[in-house]
Amino acid sequence: MTTVSELHRRGGTPTDHGGGGGDEGARIEIHGLTKRYLTPKGETFTAIRDVSLTVEPGQFCAIVGPTGCGKSTTLAQVSGLEHPSAGSVSVGGKVVDGITNGVSYMFQADALFPWKTVLNNVLIGPVLLGTPKREATELAMDWLRRVGLSGFEDRYPHQLSGGMRKRVAMAAALINNPRILLMDEPFGALDVQTKAIMQNELLQLWEGLRPSVLFITHDLDEAVALADKVVIMTSSPGTIKNVFDIDLPRPRGDVQQIRHEERFLELQGQIWSSLKDEVTRAYKQTAGASA
Amino acid sequence: MTSLAQNAALVREQEAELKASARRAVTLRKTWIWVGRILLAVIVIGGWQWFTEAGWVDKFFFGQPTEVWNSLVKLFTDGTAFGSIWENLWITIQEALGGFVVGTLAGVILGILLGSNRYLSDVVGPYIRIVNSIPRIVLGSIFIVAFGLGMGPKVLLAAVLVFFVVFFNAFQGVREVDQNLISNVRVLGASPLQVAMHVTIPSAMTWIIASLHSAFGFAIIGALVAEVLGAQHGVGLIISQAQGTFDPNTVYACMVIIAAVTLGAEYFISLLEHSLLKWRPPSRSEAQAI
Repeated sequence: MTTVSELHRRGGTPTDHGGGGGDEGARIEIHGLTKRYLTPKGETFTAIRDVSLTVEPGQFCAIVGPTGCGKSTTLAQVSGLEHPSAGSVSVGGKVVDGITNGVSYMFQADALFPWKTVLNNVLIGPVLLGTPKREATELAMDWLRRVGLSGFEDRYPHQLSGGMRKRVAMAAALINNPRILLMDEPFGALDVQTKAIMQNELLQLWEGLRPSVLFITHDLDEAVALADKVVIMTSSPGTIKNVFDIDLPRPRGDVQQIRHEERFLELQGQIWSSLKDEVTRAYKQTAGASA
Repeated sequence: MTSLAQNAALVREQEAELKASARRAVTLRKTWIWVGRILLAVIVIGGWQWFTEAGWVDKFFFGQPTEVWNSLVKLFTDGTAFGSIWENLWITIQEALGGFVVGTLAGVILGILLGSNRYLSDVVGPYIRIVNSIPRIVLGSIFIVAFGLGMGPKVLLAAVLVFFVVFFNAFQGVREVDQNLISNVRVLGASPLQVAMHVTIPSAMTWIIASLHSAFGFAIIGALVAEVLGAQHGVGLIISQAQGTFDPNTVYACMVIIAAVTLGAEYFISLLEHSLLKWRPPSRSEAQAI
């Protein structure tokens, strides 16, 4: 476990190699992962089957696929919140068994504590690691400054806009300087403009800390603009169909600008032709089921 | 230039005019609400007085507002057959408060325990529903037979009534906890105790505090009913005595006293609610005010 002073030092200087950058502890290896759920009626439902995937330390990996293809299930296995039915997940060479250390989660619905102030929402991470309150407060103040929320420490989440709440969630997820950042459609509920701003800020913060990222999204443009690697998943049961490497240079700069670059469009076109069949198939299935 | 300045002055004047008219509208609305309220009270109480005075309704059975007032004055000046009204009221309040505290504590603890443990709630759930569906007020008779005429059975009956209200709310509150929040703190390394401290209990608090409003009413009902069933002191005893002597006015007078006490308690619970739930968007607490 990272000590407090180390955390602080890393947190204080975004340019140094904190987090997972080049650190073997941040490699995610998924081998033949299968997850079955027991329905209340006693039937089994296979959410994902035989998924294998490696995320290199410090790599930004996006998972794209139709609704209900087990993207979130995959994340739950990596975090250790759930146990795989078959296969294994290793983080930094160690098989995940129970909650994985050094992981942060970001959800689509911002998982902020409505009864805690912005400051207390951010400092929960270090406090749970046993950091003394004063140091945690300093660290949290620093992170709030970094996400541009200085002066909002005493507000409650309901007093903030959607974009500001996302920033709080981002600060709360990054304050512990995680090896691995799991993001489950984090910007899915935002309007287009706010989404673009948040994507830029995420990229900036990520480039400072370089944790390994597993990023789930429906939005193919978002995946290509942000990630080093895009994984296409098929639905019911979820399996990996294709993996694309995104060789756009880093730092990416403005995600709005990159969308017009030739290479971006080329990659986006390739991935879309792979994804299109899946989306139509999944849509037909759900349409057929509801008809 | 001058026309611009004139324009600005004009705009300011218009704005001031708008503000003033908005304020007038609000004051007018408030005034009408109070006129309506007073009118309603006058119609109900005045009608009662008028009907009994005119003899359309027999005041021997149904009492009369002026007589209720006289009984109220008499209760406070002459006292009752069982000591001063303050003495009796204090005993009833003690019983209600005791039942309220015991019932709330038990309800919160059990509600949170069962709410967070699926197996336990599946096992105990049906029994709690059965116990909830029996008329618990009847338990008062059993408590008095078993524990005598002292304060014990009154506290117990009040606690039983309070318990179920608080329990179901605490249980539901724990069930409604945002699963994402729990996943989030678990990933950050929280122990089960920390999950309860940071997520489950604060989240259930909204539900629990909402239940306290009705819970105090139930505590008073429990204490009063148990006193009516058998007691040596208390407002319930005064009520049952008045019933025995065909004195509806004293019964109404006791009702007024208890209503005042409940309103006072309600006020303190609202204060508690405001200080504990200040994180909530204001619209919800405003709706509660009605």
